[in-house]
Amino acid sequence: MDLNEAQDTLVRLLNDASARFHQLPGSAIALRYIKSSYQNDPVRSAIELFLFLFAVRYMMASSYSTAKNKQVKLSEQIDELVEDWTPEPLVAPPTQIEEMENEKRPVIVGPTGPKSKLSNGRTVTNLASYNFYNFVANETLKEKAIQTLREYGVGPCGPPGFYGTQDVHIKTEADVAAHLGTPACIIYAQAFSTISSVIPSFSKRGDIIVADKAVNYSVRKGMQISRSTVRWYEHNDMEDLEKVLKKVLKENQGRGLTRRFIITEGLFENVGDVVNLPKLIELKLKYKFRLILDETWSYGVLGRTGRGVTEAQNVDAREVDMIIGSLSGPLCAAGGFCAGTEEVVEHQRIGSASYTYSAALPALLSTTASETIAMLQDQPEILSGLRENIKAMRGQLDPRSDWVKCTSVPDNPILILVLKPEVVKSKNLSAQDQGQLFQDVVDECISNGVLITRLKSMPPGVGVAPRDQGWQPVPALKVCVTSGLTRKETEKAGTVIRHAITKIVSRRK
Amino acid sequence: MPTRTISPFASTSPSPSLDAINEKKDQSRRPSFSKNKFTSLFGGSSPKARSEAAALREALIAQQQALLDSPSPQQINSATLSLPTINLTTATGEKMPSEAKTIFQPPSPEEAKRTARAHAQFGPLGSSSHRYTSQFDGEFGDPIEDEPPYYFLITTYISYLILIVFGHVRDFFGKRFRRRHYSHLKERDGYAPLNNDFDNFYTRRLKMRINDCFSRPTTGVPGRFITLLDRKSNDGNKTFTFTGTQTETLNMSSYNYLGFAQSDGPCADAAEVAIKKYGLSLASPRSDAGTSDLTVEVENLVADFVGKPAAMVFSMGFVTNATAFPTLVGKGCLMISDELNHSSIRFGARLSGSMIAMFKHNDMRDLEKRLRDAISQGQPRTHRPWKKILVAVEGLYSMEGTMCNLPALVELKKKYKFNLFVDEAHSVGALGPRGRGVCDYFNIDPKEVDILMGTLTKSFGANGGYLAADKSIIDKLRTQNAAMLFAESPAPPVLMQIASSLRVITGDLCPGQGEERLQRLAFNSRYLRLGLKRLGFIVYGHDDSPIVPVIIYNTAKLPAFSHEMLKRKISVVVVGYPATPLVSSRARFCLSAAHTKDDLDRMLEACDEIGDVLQLKFSSGVAGGALPEELQPTDKESLRQQNGKPAPPRWQLEHVLKRGVDDVKVLLR
Ligand SMILES: Cc1ncc(COP(=O)(O)O)c(C=O)c1O
Repeated sequence: MDLNEAQDTLVRLLNDASARFHQLPGSAIALRYIKSSYQNDPVRSAIELFLFLFAVRYMMASSYSTAKNKQVKLSEQIDELVEDWTPEPLVAPPTQIEEMENEKRPVIVGPTGPKSKLSNGRTVTNLASYNFYNFVANETLKEKAIQTLREYGVGPCGPPGFYGTQDVHIKTEADVAAHLGTPACIIYAQAFSTISSVIPSFSKRGDIIVADKAVNYSVRKGMQISRSTVRWYEHNDMEDLEKVLKKVLKENQGRGLTRRFIITEGLFENVGDVVNLPKLIELKLKYKFRLILDETWSYGVLGRTGRGVTEAQNVDAREVDMIIGSLSGPLCAAGGFCAGTEEVVEHQRIGSASYTYSAALPALLSTTASETIAMLQDQPEILSGLRENIKAMRGQLDPRSDWVKCTSVPDNPILILVLKPEVVKSKNLSAQDQGQLFQDVVDECISNGVLITRLKSMPPGVGVAPRDQGWQPVPALKVCVTSGLTRKETEKAGTVIRHAITKIVSRRK
Repeated sequence: MPTRTISPFASTSPSPSLDAINEKKDQSRRPSFSKNKFTSLFGGSSPKARSEAAALREALIAQQQALLDSPSPQQINSATLSLPTINLTTATGEKMPSEAKTIFQPPSPEEAKRTARAHAQFGPLGSSSHRYTSQFDGEFGDPIEDEPPYYFLITTYISYLILIVFGHVRDFFGKRFRRRHYSHLKERDGYAPLNNDFDNFYTRRLKMRINDCFSRPTTGVPGRFITLLDRKSNDGNKTFTFTGTQTETLNMSSYNYLGFAQSDGPCADAAEVAIKKYGLSLASPRSDAGTSDLTVEVENLVADFVGKPAAMVFSMGFVTNATAFPTLVGKGCLMISDELNHSSIRFGARLSGSMIAMFKHNDMRDLEKRLRDAISQGQPRTHRPWKKILVAVEGLYSMEGTMCNLPALVELKKKYKFNLFVDEAHSVGALGPRGRGVCDYFNIDPKEVDILMGTLTKSFGANGGYLAADKSIIDKLRTQNAAMLFAESPAPPVLMQIASSLRVITGDLCPGQGEERLQRLAFNSRYLRLGLKRLGFIVYGHDDSPIVPVIIYNTAKLPAFSHEMLKRKISVVVVGYPATPLVSSRARFCLSAAHTKDDLDRMLEACDEIGDVLQLKFSSGVAGGALPEELQPTDKESLRQQNGKPAPPRWQLEHVLKRGVDDVKVLLR
């Protein structure tokens, strides 16, 4: 065989070379090493050497190679240093606030619903869950889910790429796409992490992201992972956005064309207000940016049939490059989705970490999502019923309370209540004070039989000073309206909340 | 090139009896799968009455219990179909005016169908000897990675080269002559192309060719068998259309280690109860109103199970890792991570903002070197000492089948005072005599590990992940963890699946069943691995690992392997670059307690045939697989000194099958 001949020649050559090599000082050691490690197989060694050189070249080329100045230290010295080193404990001791939070976190006994039983034995009106349409109590949904359970079991036991894609997932994807009117859709196993994974699968180092200052935690983390250049614009300020876009274009003139994205939310998790989509589309087209819209809080809520901002503001969903939404909140199933063109969707199937490397959504939750989407489409009165209740609740709170105002838009079932600026000013309240006040309000409400909650913000990470944290949401109360209550009950709960606010805030000097 | 001995038995395809059994099972199972589930599920047909099911399920459990002791249930099953009813009257011969007492009734066709269906999800235990206890003993050596003749390595590189050259040539001409098809790769009226060119090239030119081996859609339970929806492509795998038919295949691909993927049995029953009682969602993040008594119960169960004072559960395993690190480490901290750690750990590490270093996969010397460097050098530039050092490893690596060297890690931890994070995604449930993961397997106190993370997706047939640690750590996480504050909480049926499967494993529910599952998994893992080694395949990983990667090398053989397996109605996962190093493309088999020995024999037979056709048997014998008595000096050193490598194992299939059951129980070298 030719191969053998070639090999022989090569061996001979190498033997010659090695004879010379032997004359060099220190060569024996190196040789012994190579020999023993490759069982006297020189060709194999040559291949490895080639690979090694390639690897070295590759590592040198990486832009973040950390050239350390290696001070040579003696082994004993190191041992001493090791001995001396005392690490900090893995977590800091708990603060008083944290202890209190752990103690007070409500635990619901039995099913969640408009009336929920807490572990302290009390039954409260639950205005803290995203159970807007009370789908949790829907018997038909339960029936269907049990049917799916009996066909598919619970977990799909594998990521979508490895036999975890089930026909029910394909159907749910088609259902969401049809509902929104986009060409394609991909579903993730969890809503919270969807956008954190979608952003870095498209936007890479060197790409540019222009984002609203008030976007939620998941969006921020997605941008952080992507390592792209991030520019911020003032919350919902389209003029500022245009300024930033212009500036970005100017800065990048002459450089190669990179991908550019505008990222914002439909309904803002932290503020409750809504984006101006038509204007945004206009700007995006004008400056040739792609738009990633996080509809986690608007899908299933806004629009006549719950299609979200696109429906509410009469925008064709295909104008938005990527729509990210949740199947877990209002739809009472689980998982998230990203809708867009085929190209956008197919790329994520191999390029998006939390899709590729995580198990698929349980089938029974997937079918539940399909069912609830169908219900929203077929029975728009479900949505209008909720809006009645939102109106009733707002009527009790927004203009009527002297202390708080609601920053949410009228159709948002999550009422974000912040202290009025004049109250903050006259009482000289820091953000922490406001948070504490609202915690007291929450406690007061619970003791009066109404479960509400505060807007949570992420505490600063380990080693991060509070002032380096960037934009922080204003402390707020969160009241989630549900159509599982009657108008009367909603109003009554609203009164309780208003009185609790008055009682707590007016007491504060 | 591998030498092939000519077998005296080669003319007959082995074990006809085996085929016959499979045939029979196929027939009896078919009816339950013939109707289209899709329409029944979504077409609004009324739900089937489930009352009878409960009784049948009980019968089933009783039957499974009986199977534990019965040596050969297969025969009983097929025999029962023709058995007569036995009444007390007929037995005694007396005339009794009262109603006859039935002591034995052959199963109705309906019931037989159900049994067949249940067996398609979880195979009956063939013999009480098909069990083994997963427990570490001996010395934790580095797994020996065998290598093929370099001929295969060279051709692998060449095949990549050819693929890449072809790809570029096609792109070159395509971009000039078929602009329309390539427009998405180029600047399009002022927009940069959406996909990175390199990724994109790889996807279009390499992955697209074998796309039909990935993301195969399935239906039904991913248990012992998995039903694939057949599809075909007329445009080079760009798009697929469903043919409307289904294929039931042996499932060697799902992470269903303990066989809890079932639509019947105690877990599914419990999940149904949970749906009825709790509904489908808690509709709120954990920290608002998404914590129910069920959540608390599951957290306590998990904590007890893994042997930690406290635990918390999440609705996704990936996110468990992605959000865990930012609360633990940050600026001024160092994370040292195994180079093969899962994407989610890297995701979390990057979010934490700490410095990240990597050490060579499972190489404790490299880790020690890095620790010494790190501690003696301190932080870069400032040289201040590190605030803390967190070492993150996985218990069982999903692509390699290797376990972490926990004993050595614990030793190092004592000396270097770092914190240890072990991701037990694949090992919890799958390893250890009591299924409690690597600590159990190595008999190490869980206290030695600071944080035990795991997913509930795999062994428990549910979804989600958990973190278990000291109470102070968990309490901190509860207030500071992003998933706790913002993410949806795990759904009640999923929680119930976790709770009930944990109870089955511990023996609180259906005593004996959990133990059977654990021991069957351990047996199956060793059996298949040993068989493959003896047939001459290069298999990575440790012997007790239920993940069995068979290294294929040439990428072109990946799709061939997958297709050949599919032809034999076996679904396997094949992975190549970039999920693996460039050369070591592989097929990965995941064992399950649901598999029977017959299934594995079928698998071995398929591998044997395919291995011959595709020339995959190139092990040199260093990794074991020889006859036990042939191998008196078992240590590596003396083997090497024989100036030759050990004889390459190339067993005949019949011998492999004959010796397998006994030899599994001895040291696999
Ligand atoms: C080591 C490891 N960690 C975490 C995960 C993610 O778990 P899940 O699929 O539940 O998201 C996986 C899953 O593939 C894994 O292998």
